[in-house]
Amino acid sequence: MQVRPQAAFEWLWKTAGDVLDGPMRALQRHIGAHRMAYVFLLPNLLVFGLFSFWPMILNFYIAFTGGQSVILADRPLVGLDNFRELLACPSYLDPRTCGVAGYSFWTGLWNTLFFALVQVPLMIVVALATALILNRDIRARGFWRAVYFYPVMLSPVVVAVIWDWILKRRGILNAALEKAVETWNAIAPTFLMMADYRAINWLIDARSGWPMFWVIFVYTWAHLGFYMLILLAGLQAIPRDLYEAAQMDGTSKSRQFWRITLPLLMPTMIVVLVLSLIRAFQVFDEVYVLTGGGPGQATKMMIQHIYESAFIGDAKRYGIAAASSVLVALLLMVLTFLQLAVTRKKAGN
Amino acid sequence: MGTGDVIRFLTRTRGRGRLHWSDWLTYAYLILSLLVVVLPIMWMFLSSVKSPAALVENDPRILPYTQLTVPSPTGGRDQNVFVHTRTDGSTVDVAFVGPRGVNARVYELGKPDTVFEVPRTSLARKEVVDPRWENYTEPTLGSTQSRTFNFLRYFWNSTFVTVMATLLTLIVNAMAGFALSKYKFRGRDAMALTIVATLLIPPTVILVPLFMTVSSLGMLNSLWGVIIPTIATPTGVFLLRQYMLTIPDELLEAARMDAASEWKIFWRIILPLALPALSVLAILSVMWRWNDFMWPLIVLTQSEVFTLQLGLSTFKGELNDNMHYLLAMTVLTLLPVTLVFVFLQKHITSGIANTGLK
Repeated sequence: MQVRPQAAFEWLWKTAGDVLDGPMRALQRHIGAHRMAYVFLLPNLLVFGLFSFWPMILNFYIAFTGGQSVILADRPLVGLDNFRELLACPSYLDPRTCGVAGYSFWTGLWNTLFFALVQVPLMIVVALATALILNRDIRARGFWRAVYFYPVMLSPVVVAVIWDWILKRRGILNAALEKAVETWNAIAPTFLMMADYRAINWLIDARSGWPMFWVIFVYTWAHLGFYMLILLAGLQAIPRDLYEAAQMDGTSKSRQFWRITLPLLMPTMIVVLVLSLIRAFQVFDEVYVLTGGGPGQATKMMIQHIYESAFIGDAKRYGIAAASSVLVALLLMVLTFLQLAVTRKKAGN
Repeated sequence: MGTGDVIRFLTRTRGRGRLHWSDWLTYAYLILSLLVVVLPIMWMFLSSVKSPAALVENDPRILPYTQLTVPSPTGGRDQNVFVHTRTDGSTVDVAFVGPRGVNARVYELGKPDTVFEVPRTSLARKEVVDPRWENYTEPTLGSTQSRTFNFLRYFWNSTFVTVMATLLTLIVNAMAGFALSKYKFRGRDAMALTIVATLLIPPTVILVPLFMTVSSLGMLNSLWGVIIPTIATPTGVFLLRQYMLTIPDELLEAARMDAASEWKIFWRIILPLALPALSVLAILSVMWRWNDFMWPLIVLTQSEVFTLQLGLSTFKGELNDNMHYLLAMTVLTLLPVTLVFVFLQKHITSGIANTGLK
């Protein structure tokens, strides 16, 4: 007898529903049909409560406790000590003047700020350019969209392995650059010849800015497709006849872009901006696997500081980690409100 | 098809006749970015079938070359084969026996008895293209060489987490979406708002208390500790609630007339009708859970419960010369999501574009 997968699935579906129907029917007879809503909500609220709301409240409490225990009752209250340790710094701009925890915190904070302020504008500009190009009358649009989106599907670890392999000192990028310089020198006239290429340790060379550059590049590479997709959807929602009318009035292409495309795309742009900024401030996975925060502390991000304070090394400083989380949450909140306020003011004008 | 046809095909435009200069710019941009996106991934695929020797040397060639070897006539290690260029320019394949000063002792293939000396500079490696599939088979089929990377165990752990978390996510969130869209009760809208508001709690900043909660529930180093905290996603509730609002209430009323229980209405009417939204959430959930890194990193510390992502990152962090395994296993790790993507590409991109959620 041939078993059709669809029939088997339907049978499984029916049986699973029927098995659960017995107790549910009994429950319904007991509490009444309209109260079943609470029963349907219960699992979700339990998980939310236990693993989102309760931890959020707990985080504030832990931020005021010290010691190394994971059991709350064993954690002594230390008042503002954790915050004091993080914030007592002669100069925030030079984390080396801070204590151990403060050094880690402020290094992570400045690196994250730098990362976010460079990465977000860069990604939005490239994502917008790509979306505009895909919105043109091009062949095989679905294929190109898929190409850009594919890296979004890859895990941070896979992304890090791919790029680490390329950026090794004797990796393919250095080999290709060396070959390019060699070829150039072979054909170029003498006065345009370049010095022989010396392989760069892209992710390890501490004196150059390359590690941070590649961290930003790789992160953008991995996430661009997602924002491109949202912007493309926004572009396609702009009614075509607006452009046709503008065309008839003889409006130039660039004027169409500034006067039609950009204003109508603004709501989507704001979503993209808020999302990408919040995510950039929480960057961890890709960077941690790619560079481990190195060389030295050059690419150590905020979340890595929290993770390492609490979970790495012999001294598990949960209090410091929780206090840092509170500060990060405050920062994220301020940022979000600032963005919303700015955009609302703009919309109001 | 001749080259003329190819060019005509590529440059054909929709009705406009000739290509505008901006079209050229468009295609230049597309092709350049295609290289930036695809080449790194291609390079890893190609590298993953290279021999350990080629990887250690960082052989920049595209294809997996390996040096030819022949069994030693005296029963020692296999001998490498070189191409020897004689002074008159003719070449002959020789097997390398050993060094002697600046010279090499070799014999012509097939004539192991007549060993002679040639300058080493006259030798070039005799190489063949030979994909090394052992990079894939050895760690997966349990060779002793890869004790540090138990691929099958990690694969099973990842699969278990992904499948279980996705099933639970679908059921739990669909139930909540059903309650919030098809019942009227006090505090319903406030509750919906609260759930969506949890989107604003960045999971990364509640790491410590979440860890302590999971730890006090005894779920550390258990796959359930990875699964349970992730199953109630505001994204999922929101997505399903919005979709279920479009299902007409008359259907439910008719079923109630037929004395169907509320559960049966949910299971037999609502779930099948919400299938499009459920499948979007299923795809997202598979992607999230398979690729998850930070939360498993905190909950799972023993290598028996590692997921693939944890195993890979640990394996990468170890200073070892197992690059050939690392690359092959990375390919195997990205294979499932790639397959999902290839077959469901349209659903994924349109689903994400419509909901704006990842």
